[in-house]
Amino acid sequence: MFEENHKTYFETITVLDQDGAIVNESLMPDISDTDLLKAYKELLFARTADLQIVSYQRQGRIYTYPPNFGQEAVSGAAGVVMTDHDWLVPAFREMSAMLAKGVTLKEYFLFFMGYEDGSNFKNASRVLPISVPIASQLLHAAGIGYALRYQKEPGVVFTYVGDGGTSEGDFHEALNFAGVWKAPVVFTIQNNQYAISTSTRLQTASDSLAVKAMAYGIRVERVDGNDFLAMLKAYQEAVKCCNEHNGPVLIDAVTYRRGAHTTSDDPSRYRTKEEEDAWALKDPLRRLNLYLTAKGLWNDALEEETVIRFKGEIDAIFAEAETYDAYPKEDVFKYMYVEKPDELARQEQHYDAFLKWKEANESTINMSHS
Amino acid sequence: MKVMTMVNAINDALDVKLSEDQRIVVYGEDVGVEGGVFRVTEGLQQKYGAERVFDSPLAESGIVGTAVGMAIAGLRPVVEMQFCGFIYPAMNQLISHVTRMHNRSRGKYRVPMVIRMPYGGGINALEHHSESMEALFGHIPGLKVVVPSTPYDAKGLLISAIESDDPILFMEPKRIYRAIKQEVDEGRYALPLGKAKVVQEGTDVTVVAFGAMVREVQKAAELAKERGVSMEIIDLRSIYPIDRETIVNSVKKTSRIMTVSEGPSSFGIGAEISQIVLEDAFLYLDAPPTRVAGFDTIVPLPRGEHHYMQSPLKILYEVEQIVNY
Ligand SMILES: Cc1ncc(C[n+]2csc(CCOP(=O)(O)OP(=O)(O)O)c2C)c(N)n1
Ligand SMILES: [Mg+2]
Repeated sequence: MFEENHKTYFETITVLDQDGAIVNESLMPDISDTDLLKAYKELLFARTADLQIVSYQRQGRIYTYPPNFGQEAVSGAAGVVMTDHDWLVPAFREMSAMLAKGVTLKEYFLFFMGYEDGSNFKNASRVLPISVPIASQLLHAAGIGYALRYQKEPGVVFTYVGDGGTSEGDFHEALNFAGVWKAPVVFTIQNNQYAISTSTRLQTASDSLAVKAMAYGIRVERVDGNDFLAMLKAYQEAVKCCNEHNGPVLIDAVTYRRGAHTTSDDPSRYRTKEEEDAWALKDPLRRLNLYLTAKGLWNDALEEETVIRFKGEIDAIFAEAETYDAYPKEDVFKYMYVEKPDELARQEQHYDAFLKWKEANESTINMSHS
Repeated sequence: MKVMTMVNAINDALDVKLSEDQRIVVYGEDVGVEGGVFRVTEGLQQKYGAERVFDSPLAESGIVGTAVGMAIAGLRPVVEMQFCGFIYPAMNQLISHVTRMHNRSRGKYRVPMVIRMPYGGGINALEHHSESMEALFGHIPGLKVVVPSTPYDAKGLLISAIESDDPILFMEPKRIYRAIKQEVDEGRYALPLGKAKVVQEGTDVTVVAFGAMVREVQKAAELAKERGVSMEIIDLRSIYPIDRETIVNSVKKTSRIMTVSEGPSSFGIGAEISQIVLEDAFLYLDAPPTRVAGFDTIVPLPRGEHHYMQSPLKILYEVEQIVNY
């Protein structure tokens, strides 16, 4: 894989087809049955959590959320490959990789419940917070890659962007910088067919996103992003490629966002039910489930029982997140600078004075007007 | 007359102009098929076709930079930045070309374009979806910055912006996109750019606000009235150029000036207005100018946002301070 070969620009690699059959034995990733089963359960956990968040959102218990539904295999496969040396520089649909890195589900919840504390990963190192400005994080990944090499540290950087994000200048600058520096970065495009309502067709006139790697002298693979085994193989090879100082590499992971863009989006405005149904058959978990079931490692009863157990665990973590402390006023000011400027301290004192006045006067004010 | 929200009114303004001027094109992220993430451009692609109303690739610099080219070559682009927090990739085009081409070419090339952009907080949004960076834009020479606070004004101001030969940043207070319904005239009407509006007359203090803050000030004025304080409220409507005359005339009457805005306090709109008042009405003042503004911080995520946001109570507090000075 990742050979300097023009085939990689347009051909999509699949190992496990949509019926759960191995169609490309030579590209089987290196993974034991036990680890594969474990990986499947992790995907299932992430999916269950993702679907639960959408339902919490409908109940008004969490704010806007961008679902991962249907794309779990992409960052989930990275989760299996990443070591403690590696960095994760996510966009915002990489729950699986974040959890694999040690981000807790509670932290993930807290972020979408409106607390910055959800980006202060207590037990996870080398993970950057979720990045919302599209494609901007890719440049950080290139910089981290340079720093790793400079400091003679092991490790590679895993970073993510959407198909829409490939239109931003930052995408091209990041690939170019990483290419020039031979920085050990694995760029993955979560090519999920849409940027909100805009189909990939409208983002680029080229026939594939993978081909963009050519311009930057970067090796690339176009991978069926709904095929966990192909993604895993791609990441294993990508790390090898980086470590042999041939890095960076680009992976164009062809997938589908089965859910809405975010909980405020209505996909029926821009895509058909037929299209959604066709992609449902290619679902990554379904495929791996069929494969594991055929091997006798999994079955429907286990699936059902596991999902029920996960739901219980996830609900409990969510309930705990819901009891999280009130947002302390101090936290608004505390982290803006390492050394707080006097002016900011003055503003905080002024706010304190207001809070005091409010407490003393609130009862006398007829708030029906506001 | 038709009852409209601000979303309806902006959509109507675009519709009116698209129908009467073939040079107008409307584009940006998700503005075509979907009609915009806030539905502001809903139905326009169906009505005017994908050559005039369309989804662009996801690239703000691309959107604004291509609009410069279109405008120079005879079109009148009206482009959308999906959120204020995402205009930054386009800052180079905005500062280096949009606002300079006319001066650089000594008037040979005009750049008649409008950048529409929702801004502001109070909607429990993710990071980057709540900021109010009007001061940043007001500071760019060559740019006019317009902010409506009602559906009626939004339509009339946007029509003027589209008809203007200068580049205009049209900031839309998304918090009140649907919160206020108002009767709006049908067809074309234009409101002058650069003119503030006295929303409520009063005697004790002049309070200048714009966008979503006008409504907060109006609520505060009700509270103040019960406490015997009469507030005069000015809706700025234009950040640049700023309507010096309306502000100064009001302060000459009330002898006190206060500003309310969402953006960070330092180097903000409040500072600009107080300087204007010091220059033109210094001897009329009974108290130092006061500002109710954001802290010099990032807008906190939703759980902390109430600390940051202006509220009728915060405004009332400052009103009490200034009248009792
Ligand atoms: C610079 C910037 N512009 C616009 C947005 C608003 N926005 C959020 S997600 C999105 C679409 C992203 O599409 P894609 O890159 O394909 O990622 P996906 O959401 O499909 O994972 C847009 C336009 C943003 N977050 N950042
Ligand atoms: Mg996408």
